[in-house]
Amino acid sequence: MCLAIPGQIVDMATGQPLLARVNVGSVLRNVNIGLLDAGEVAPGDWILIHVGFALSKIDEQQAHDQLHMLRAMGEDELAIEEVRGYSFAEPSE
Amino acid sequence: MKYVDEFRDPEVIRGVVREIARTVDPQRRYRIMEVCGGHTHSIYRHGLRDVLPENVELIHGPGCPVCVLPTGRVDDGLTIAGRDDTILTCFGDMMRVPGTKGTPLELKARGADIRMVYSPLDALRLAQENPGKHVCFFSIGFETTAPSTALTILRAHALGLRNFSVFCNHVTIVPAMRAILDSPDMRIDGFVGPGHVSSITGCRPYEFIARDYLKPVVVSGFEPLDILEGILMILRQLNAGESKVENQYKRIVPWEGNVPALKAMAQVFELRPYFEWRGLGFISQSALSIRAAFAAYDAERVFDTPGVRVTDPRGAQCGEVLKGVLKPAQCKLFGTECNPEHPIGALMVSSEGACAAHYRYAMHAVEA
Repeated sequence: MCLAIPGQIVDMATGQPLLARVNVGSVLRNVNIGLLDAGEVAPGDWILIHVGFALSKIDEQQAHDQLHMLRAMGEDELAIEEVRGYSFAEPSE
Repeated sequence: MKYVDEFRDPEVIRGVVREIARTVDPQRRYRIMEVCGGHTHSIYRHGLRDVLPENVELIHGPGCPVCVLPTGRVDDGLTIAGRDDTILTCFGDMMRVPGTKGTPLELKARGADIRMVYSPLDALRLAQENPGKHVCFFSIGFETTAPSTALTILRAHALGLRNFSVFCNHVTIVPAMRAILDSPDMRIDGFVGPGHVSSITGCRPYEFIARDYLKPVVVSGFEPLDILEGILMILRQLNAGESKVENQYKRIVPWEGNVPALKAMAQVFELRPYFEWRGLGFISQSALSIRAAFAAYDAERVFDTPGVRVTDPRGAQCGEVLKGVLKPAQCKLFGTECNPEHPIGALMVSSEGACAAHYRYAMHAVEA
């Protein structure tokens, strides 16, 4: 439940408030950045993701550590499956 | 040390294990509760109990959201799924939690429209795509997950969606810790504080435990090294007769928490006067409900949920295990009637539940 997945921000999703496109193990998905301070993250930054939301900004080493931890817990595939499952880019208005 | 070799910095881990062995007073027994289910999973998976001295006992705490959800709430959620015009959505963990008439997965097989989602925002999108249906999200989780639900409700409000609601079962960890401290049959010397929950709440909410109950709390990360360091920091405090809140997981947990997340929670949620926890009973101010300003998104106001109390299945001793009074294998149903394939109690469902973790790792180790 408290799985947190590291990912790197690629760019801000255009036309969709608070969404960033994030690369997680070569999977590109939208992640909501509304739980971070405005302007806290930019493309290239690493974040910890939980149920589709960025929980905190981390550095690259922490991202690698977190991925290592998920692997050691046997939950890395589950984490990627979760991220693949995010499908909440809103239909264009 | 069989399991420890697999990890990063095995030498550092061995050093901490040796330091723990040097630190413990052989005349004394230490009972330490890891509050979070993620810690429970990591402890079992990595065989950490085997590297601790015999007189350091780990008690598995209530920090597994599906494990503490009472059957009555599962039934209430499934009532919503029984309506023709409704799609019920929930996280994968919830799909196998038994209600009185079966699990969400079983009800789905019988024709109810129940769908697994990975994010509350997926449920929101379903509502946008299905304007003729009502989409309800069965939300569970501690403070790690509650802010995400809050932002999803705020988004639904901003979009003016009329066919989306949340069946809110979010709980907060600190009142449960207080209930455990107040319980006469539990003697806990210190707590390994939760990692990702604390990244939202910060460390301040635990200060009363150190101040009023004189118990150490060390917020820790999830890697074996993190957990062992956390335990060592608790042992040192206990030996010195100290009780304070310390943060072993500084790389992720700010002392003040995640302010935007706390603001979103405060905007959308308020504390319920009381809420039932499986095994722990009713705990005052331990759960969140949706504020009246967002009533249109509150499934408990939109639908008529029966709210019936349901006792635990006959013979299952989830409550005692959850409080640490019984070990998982001491439950009468453990491993026989109740197993990960056919869970009877919720502790056997989630990988963070003490029974599922014990079945998967400890039993396997015995057989190997």
